[in-house]
Amino acid sequence: MDLLPYLAQALTPFNLLLALGGVVLGTLIGALPGLSATMAVAVLVPFTFAMAPASGLIGLGAIYTGAIYGGAFAAILVNTPGTPSAIATTFDGFPMAKRGDGNLAVTLATLASVVGGLVGALALLFLSPPLSKVALAFGPPEYFWLAIFGLTLISALSQGDTLKGILGASFGLFLATVGVAIVGGDVRYTLDQPMLVGGFDVIAALIGLYCIPVVIDLVARPDPHLKVAVQAGGFRLAEAMGHCARNWFNLIRSSVIGTVVGILPGAGGSIASLVSYSEARRSAPHPERYGKGEPGGILATESANNATVGGGFIPTLVLGIPGTPPDAVILGALLVQGIRTGPGLFTGQGDIVFTFIFGLLIATVLMLPVGLLIGRYAYQAIVSIPKAVLVPTVAFLTIIGSFAIHNSITDVYTMLGLGFLGWTLARFGFAPSPIVLGIILGPIAEQGFVQAWLIGNAQGNVLGMFFGRPISLAIAALALLTLLYPLLTDLLKARRARRAGTVPPPRETIDAD
Amino acid sequence: MNRTTPILALALGAGMVAAPAFAFPDKDVDYIIPFSPGGESDIAARLQQPVFAEEFGHQLIVKYQAGAGGAQAWSQLNSMPADGHTIMGINLPHVILQPMMSSPGYETADLTPVYWFHYTPDAIIVNASSEFETLEDLVAFARENPGMVTFSGSGSNSANSLAQKRFDTLAGITTTYVPFSGTGPSVTALLGDQVSASWGYSTVAAAQGDQVRMLAVASEERLPLFPDVPTFQEAGYDMVGGAYRGVAVPKDTPEETRQAVSDAFQAMNNEPAMRKAMDDGAFVVIDVPYGEVEAFMAERREEIAAAAEAAN
Repeated sequence: MDLLPYLAQALTPFNLLLALGGVVLGTLIGALPGLSATMAVAVLVPFTFAMAPASGLIGLGAIYTGAIYGGAFAAILVNTPGTPSAIATTFDGFPMAKRGDGNLAVTLATLASVVGGLVGALALLFLSPPLSKVALAFGPPEYFWLAIFGLTLISALSQGDTLKGILGASFGLFLATVGVAIVGGDVRYTLDQPMLVGGFDVIAALIGLYCIPVVIDLVARPDPHLKVAVQAGGFRLAEAMGHCARNWFNLIRSSVIGTVVGILPGAGGSIASLVSYSEARRSAPHPERYGKGEPGGILATESANNATVGGGFIPTLVLGIPGTPPDAVILGALLVQGIRTGPGLFTGQGDIVFTFIFGLLIATVLMLPVGLLIGRYAYQAIVSIPKAVLVPTVAFLTIIGSFAIHNSITDVYTMLGLGFLGWTLARFGFAPSPIVLGIILGPIAEQGFVQAWLIGNAQGNVLGMFFGRPISLAIAALALLTLLYPLLTDLLKARRARRAGTVPPPRETIDAD
Repeated sequence: MNRTTPILALALGAGMVAAPAFAFPDKDVDYIIPFSPGGESDIAARLQQPVFAEEFGHQLIVKYQAGAGGAQAWSQLNSMPADGHTIMGINLPHVILQPMMSSPGYETADLTPVYWFHYTPDAIIVNASSEFETLEDLVAFARENPGMVTFSGSGSNSANSLAQKRFDTLAGITTTYVPFSGTGPSVTALLGDQVSASWGYSTVAAAQGDQVRMLAVASEERLPLFPDVPTFQEAGYDMVGGAYRGVAVPKDTPEETRQAVSDAFQAMNNEPAMRKAMDDGAFVVIDVPYGEVEAFMAERREEIAAAAEAAN
């Protein structure tokens, strides 16, 4: 296929500006501790509704990848992950900053993010079209099992514990049933309220669940008084390149891990960076240096979390099942834009998709200059933004944004209601991502189940429909494995803690993204 | 072109205060589509936009208010400004079927359609590799294997599910209807050989090209785009219809304004360019002006009630 015309479309001044603006904005939001990539996308998604589909997507992709990268600044310079996906970057980033190599660490993170982002986006470009042919073989039972797999995965890996993850996902499933059922047409749980007939709008719910708790927490918590440990002395680009060259295998491996984790439904940057970090340490010649300021650690985590961006878009576009939590938001935006995700997307609306993918590649490359400049000159100013400015801005955007979805005040109520509920649940250790994935995957699972049942029944073979198809069986097995995974990690963690003699820093129950 | 204006001016001479909507259109018109962009309703609105601008010198501003299969917007229609400059797309069988089957927040009688401008005829579509070459192949197989033929379609209590029921009754067969969340997923299931056939519209066949084969179409005459595809009537089944699209106004809109909106859509339908665009998309143009809307609705209601009854 001739892809060059799409590259040209991605290079129009407006799309370039969106890619640049998105990366800058995303990096800024990601660099602010507490504001995650999912939230950055959720708060800004309604502004893309008025744009052409490809341009809107480029803007969102750029914000997403910028935010994932921006999390590294806070991780390195103030020892607080800017986004949850940068948690593992603190392990080696902050020790480097402490010993005076903060600028080198930022440059390493930038290079790694660009490499990881490129690997993920290239996988998206070259794997999606053939995969979308394979995806035609995915019928109702496969979608059912995939949705179940996504739910078990996000529950099992959610920070906090598995039981709370499963409970959160179940709550999301319940929210998804409100309104007119697509299959069967029954009206469910509307309490005779006309405003509930349409169900909870997914984007409104996402904005509420991801943004409102953050806003409340920003107000409720005292200022952290972040001190930035920036040292004099340039970007040290050549030195960072040297580290990259020595760690080339680590970089590639971590990028591939990130891409694969991104493809898995629901799992995103935080999981990818932790997995690739432990892989990098395990296979390093001097594993004992990890955790004390080893450049390889930063390269592993930052390449992996940015690789999830491109990887996560693969199932989002090919199957309509979000690869990572921010993809769940973007999936909602795609529906508003009238883009029909699924196997037909790459043939039917290929111009939009390929233009977007090239836009994402361009945005990833732009991260290099943007990141270096922001890290060097602007970071102190970013973390010094007073809450009195930040909180009202974000709060305002959530309301404007949720109204803009359908020009309906109902969506604003949904957003606020679920937002406060989400904050309350977060007090008790329930992260928003399992709930959100429940809302998104619930209808997919339900429809897949009923459709598979109807077809199976027509052929007189219901059990064969669910358990007799190879792809179904493989996905079901993965789901089962995922449910058992937390038990395995607990064992591994206990062993690792004994061996290393260090306690990993406590994780906040903000979220996985 | 606005031939009703003099009459309107006379009629409104007395009622000026109560009805400020004097001429239509005297400014841009908000055209609310109760579905997401990209669907047939949106495509139709986009085709009407330039014609409207050319004809009346004002813009038709398309806004989307999707939700609950259109019910979200329809339940709010009567609270919108009733001066003729806020109009809403309206669809059959949706606005009859939804209140019949559940409580979507409006009654059919609450809505005021003023013009029906086209329909997309129901059609049976199979994968290009399907063993069913003709409608008769499919019916014969279904007769020998009751329930075995699976049809994908968009939604429950929808035009597609209704068509399946109607045809099952007409042909005396039993088939299985499998609802999907929209035309897109329904067609994907057909292309992936997950179902034996699909109940869709002629527009679906037009969009999918030679990946699919349309066995029969529920129009009165063969479609210009598909000269080789027989109508259901030719095959011996008295089935004409599909998803009808029109335009409605809030219930407080004055009679004269209703008529003026109807005239405007009539004028757009009369444009040869419009007819050609509709033909190319496999839409079938109809003209049901305001005066005939009531009779048209009563006829459809009977048809739909009969099919819905057959379903239970």
